[in-house]
Formats: sequence, structure tokens, C-alpha cells
Amino acid sequence: MSTLVQRTRGRSELGVALLLLALGVLAIVDALQIPTTIGQRGPVGPAAVPIAVGVLLIVVALLLARDVLAGGHGEAEAGEDVDLSHPSDWRTVLLLAGAFLANVVLIEPAGWPISGAVLFFGSAYALGSRHLVRDPIIAVALSVATYYLFGQALGIGLPAGVLEGIL
Amino acid sequence: MDALSALIEGFGTALTPINLLLALAGVVLGTAIGVLPGIGPAMAVALLLPVTYNLEPVGAFIMFAGIYYGGMYGGSTTSILLNTPGESASVVTAIEGNQMAKRGRAAQALATAAIGSFVAGTLGTLGVVFLAPYVVDLAVQMGAPDYFAVMVLAFIAVTSVLGASRIRGFASLGIGLLIGIVGIDAVTGQQRLTFGVPQLADGIDVIVVAVGLFALGEALWIAAHLRRKPAEVIPVGRARMGREDFRRSWKPWLRGAVIGFPFGAMPAGGAEIPTFLSYVTEKRLSKHPEEFGKGAIEGVAGPEATNNASAAGVLVPLLALGLPTSAIAAVLLAAFQQYGIQPGPLLFENEPELVWGLLASLIIGNTLLLVLNLPLAPIWAKLLKTPRPYLYAGILFFASLGAYAVNLAVVDLVVLFIIGLTGFMMRRYGLPVVPAIIGVILGPRAEVQLRRALQISNGELSGLYNTWFSKSLYVVVALIVLWPLLNRFVLRPLRRQAEIPVLSETAHILDDAHHHKLVVPPQEGPMDGPADDRPTAAVSDDAGHATEGRENR
Repeated sequence: MSTLVQRTRGRSELGVALLLLALGVLAIVDALQIPTTIGQRGPVGPAAVPIAVGVLLIVVALLLARDVLAGGHGEAEAGEDVDLSHPSDWRTVLLLAGAFLANVVLIEPAGWPISGAVLFFGSAYALGSRHLVRDPIIAVALSVATYYLFGQALGIGLPAGVLEGIL
Repeated sequence: MDALSALIEGFGTALTPINLLLALAGVVLGTAIGVLPGIGPAMAVALLLPVTYNLEPVGAFIMFAGIYYGGMYGGSTTSILLNTPGESASVVTAIEGNQMAKRGRAAQALATAAIGSFVAGTLGTLGVVFLAPYVVDLAVQMGAPDYFAVMVLAFIAVTSVLGASRIRGFASLGIGLLIGIVGIDAVTGQQRLTFGVPQLADGIDVIVVAVGLFALGEALWIAAHLRRKPAEVIPVGRARMGREDFRRSWKPWLRGAVIGFPFGAMPAGGAEIPTFLSYVTEKRLSKHPEEFGKGAIEGVAGPEATNNASAAGVLVPLLALGLPTSAIAAVLLAAFQQYGIQPGPLLFENEPELVWGLLASLIIGNTLLLVLNLPLAPIWAKLLKTPRPYLYAGILFFASLGAYAVNLAVVDLVVLFIIGLTGFMMRRYGLPVVPAIIGVILGPRAEVQLRRALQISNGELSGLYNTWFSKSLYVVVALIVLWPLLNRFVLRPLRRQAEIPVLSETAHILDDAHHHKLVVPPQEGPMDGPADDRPTAAVSDDAGHATEGRENR
């Protein structure tokens, strides 16, 4: 006979159910805090749909948890470059996330030509590219080219940051 | 012949030099990006959205038309030439296409795919031209309850038909609906789920959601499981085919067009089921059934044509009702909204130049694709060798750029990151992505119709189903929802006596594909096992199939 502890082992998918549950509760709590106003037209106020969606999420979370505990599991997505035979490579994912967040932090103070280059170089490095001369050149070329392309051809002024006045 | 003269006028719009150039640019960009492994047509459109920011709406949509069909075509090239299974939409083309390529017939496989796409895509587009005005006539008579019912049907159909697990489909839908709620309520001006962040008051931009779920989520997911050794690319010369190949291909092309179009036009979502249906049909009708599984050209011609005809069919509900039923349609709808254009029955009245120019340029784009892709096949094959670090670094780079360029706001990048992580989690745990994007885009509009309908009826719930149209739609919804029960207690005992071979075989192959067992399809005729004619409802006795079985009980 299996205990609950044994049954939950290796079932990280329960985390998905937990997340859905949290989102559902969040939707309902947020909806209940909306003050009712006289501006409301019609019988259905702004809280009705969020509450319905919250209930949907909670019900789905419970059903999913039941399914997982009973041995069901979602099928991980396949693809041309995906090899599911080895476990998740968390180091690559974390490095990629780092490169992405570096761009978020840098884009306004340092400007897109720099932050974009950091993003591309960091991502390529994270994914295993080790051309330490070629990679930075491609990264800078891409970010400077898109800076001008967006500024000149599309009329979208990306931030120049510290390079303001130079570019 | 009203539609025909309107279409001819559309050609007048589409054939100006600048629009022709935009169509060409769209086709080339769409194919090039669609060919890249890991990038499907929906991601291609989402990533290329910023390129059109500065264009006039008509020009922008002519370019999107090219990107749409180009991306579809690029995807099939990938699945034929790469020696690995791709995502489910192109799985069927890959079965025979990849076998043909391995046997040195890659050029013929690409040629029959290209010509089949052209034939079915053109027929499908003509289908849109003639069918859409009728749907518009119907749509102008539709009231709020009818619209709400159509949207409910779209939600239920997309979550129930796609993927292997309904619960996971609904989980995805719920996430999408939740994202759609964020922002100021259109009716009362109250803030919902904005957490006091002023930039969230306008809601989360659909483009940020699309780029996050498709581009960032996908790139992170692939990065976690990147093949150590990139998949082998089968070399190919100019795509061409001989007379014998033609003789064997033309009927599957036409049948594919007939199978694919209605499936696309229904709010059932996706080309997966019709392509499998086409595959099985061709296998049964073929004079060479023994070649299936070893590179039968009919098995490429039929599904590929089906795929494109269904891509055209999707445009009927999108343009006439404003109802997206596939991932690309949802992204296209987001693009329309970017220009402040609301697809739906009024679109044909208010923006005839745009609608008919778009439809005409789809036909032009299709022709351009045919002319370009036969000689350009070797170049597309080279793109498949793009070093993977650059490919996925590039996706991250352009995803960030595109999401930032929408509003020039850093907060969008933070939102993009969170949605990207959500997309990663969804792929990891088998939650389909399409219901989420449909939920984001349709959720707020369904809410508007719901509230309008209840306002008219003064809060009476009957206001939601007081028309024959909404009533019949809810019957369909009920049938889909109750299908597993019906299947178990009514249909299966009946089917013990009479089996429909094509359907049950399709179901079996589909079911296998959902579990990625599909390498070579079974050679024999109808299955003798307990096959179902609806894969999502299948209750399998195989332990590996535990998921669906359990939740239907």
C-alpha cells in the first residue's frame, strides 16, 4: 500500500496543479476587491468573469492533481532539435535566463546596441558556442544593425543609452 | 459573381509594384524563418510583426499573407529534410517525406509538397473568397448571445481536439483567460489584476504574450533538451518530379484540398486531424499501399495539400467572424488589432480594399512560393545547418527586440520573461500552447458579448440561449464535452458490430503520434484492437497511455 508521500515522489507535475490553484485563488481574491460603483452597466459587473475563470482554474488544478496522483503524466513536447532522452539541462536554461535578464536591466541605461549584444553573446555562449572572436562580432553587428534598422526604416527609436550622441 | 469582381479589384490592389514587392518579401522571409528548425509558422509571424510596424495596413497584411503561406511551406521542408520527428502539425508529411528523402527522392518529395501546397492553397483561398461572403451574411444577423456561443464553442473545441489530455488543455485555456483579464475593465474602468502597476492598466499586449509563449518559451524548452549532435540534413538539389510522380500526386492534391478546407473553416482548430485523415485515405486508395512507410509520394502529396487547404480555411472564421481557430490565426488577429482593425462582418464593408487585397495577395503569394521554392530548395536546405547556438540566441534576441518595440517599455520585457517561463513549463508538462493564446485573445471579447447579452436580457440567463443559433451551438458544445461518456456507453458497443475503417485507423495513428511512438506506420489494414474514432477520448488499455484513460472515468 502506498502512502501519500510515496505517491507524490517524482511528481513535480503536482507543482503545475499548485500553480494553477494559486492563480485561481489570486483571480478570485483580486476580483472580490474590486469596489462596486454606480458606473456599472448591466447585471454582470467586472468581477463576474474573473471569478468564473478563478473557479475554472481551481477545478482544473484539482482534476490535474487527481490525474497525476493516479499515475497520469503530461507528454513533454517534441521537436526537431529536442532530444528528450537526456534530462533537462538546467545550467543552459539558467545561463539563458541570465542573458535575457541582463538585457532587461541594461537596455535603458546602457542602450540597445550594448544590451542586445550582451543578450546575443550570452545566449550563444550559454548554448555552447565558444568562438570568442566571431561571436562578439556577430553580436555587436546584429544589435547595431537592428538599432539603425528600427530607427531609420521603421521609425522606432530604440534607446541609445550611454552611446547617445555617438551613434 | 459579386465575390469574383471584388477579388479582381483585390488583384488591382495587390498587383501594385510596392505591394507585389511586399508579398515577395513576406514569402521569402516567411519561408526562410519557417524552415529554421524549432520555428513554426506561428512563431515566424509573431517574430516578424515588428517588421511591419511602419507599413500601411493594406501593405502590412499583404506581407503577412506571404509570411503565413511561406511559413507553412518552410515547415514542411524542415520535416522532409531533417532526420528527426518534428512537431505534430508536420508529423504526417514527415512520415513519408523523410522516408523518400532517405531513399534519394528528397527532390521529388519537396516538389510534390510545393506543387500540392500551391494547388490546395489556391483552391482553399478561392474557397474563402466564395464562402466568406455567405458567412458574413449570416454573421450580420448574429447577436451577442450567438457570438458568445460561437466563442464558447471555439474554446471547447480547441481544448478538446488538440493534444492528448483535456485537463491539460483546459489548464492552458485557464491560463490564457487569466492573462486576458489583466488591465482596465472596458465597461466600468475598474482595474483588474494590475497589482498597482500602471503599465499593466492597458492590459498585456497580445504580441508580448504570443512572442513569450511561442518564441521565448520554445527557445528555453529546446535549450534544456538541445540535441548534442545536430540532426542530420539530407542533401537535396533543385526540387523536381517526373511524369510518374505527377500521375500519382494530382489526385491526392485535390483530395487534400477537399479534406483540409472544411476542417480549417470549422472552429475545431488545427491541421492535425485532417492531415492524418488524408494520410490514411491516400493509403487506402493508393495502388501501391505496400510503399507506405517506405516513402510513398501520395503520403506527402495528400497531407501537405490538406495542411495548406486547412490553413486557408482558417481565414473564413478569422475574417468573417473575427474568430481565430489556430495559433497563427490568433497571432494574425493580434496583428489586425495592432492596426486598430477589428476582423468580423463589418470588415468586409469597412475595409474592402484590405480584405480583397489580402485574399488576392494570398493567391499571388502562393504562386510566388511555387516559382521560388522549386529552384531554391538547396538554399533552404543550407539554412537547416544554421549553428544551433546562433539560431536560438537569435530567437531570444529578436523576441526581446519585438516585445520591447511594441511599447518601448521595460516592463513588457519582464512580462515577456514570466510568460516565457510559463511557456517553458507548459511544454515540460504537456500543456498545449494553442488554447492559451486563443484564451488571451478571445477571452476579453467573449466577456464583452456575455455582458452585452445579459444586459439585453436584464440579467436573465436565458438571454444567453434565446436564439436557435446559440441553442444549436450549445448542443454541439454539450456533445463535445460529453463525448467520452457517449463513447464509452453508447458508441463503443455499437461499433463492436460496425467499424468505420478509415476513422478508426486515423484515430489509432493519431493516438500513437501523441505518444511519439510513430516511426513507421503499421502496414496492415484496419486495426483489430479497440480503436476509437476520436483520439482525445480514447481509453487505452496500454499502461503508457494512462493519462487520457484516467481523466475520462
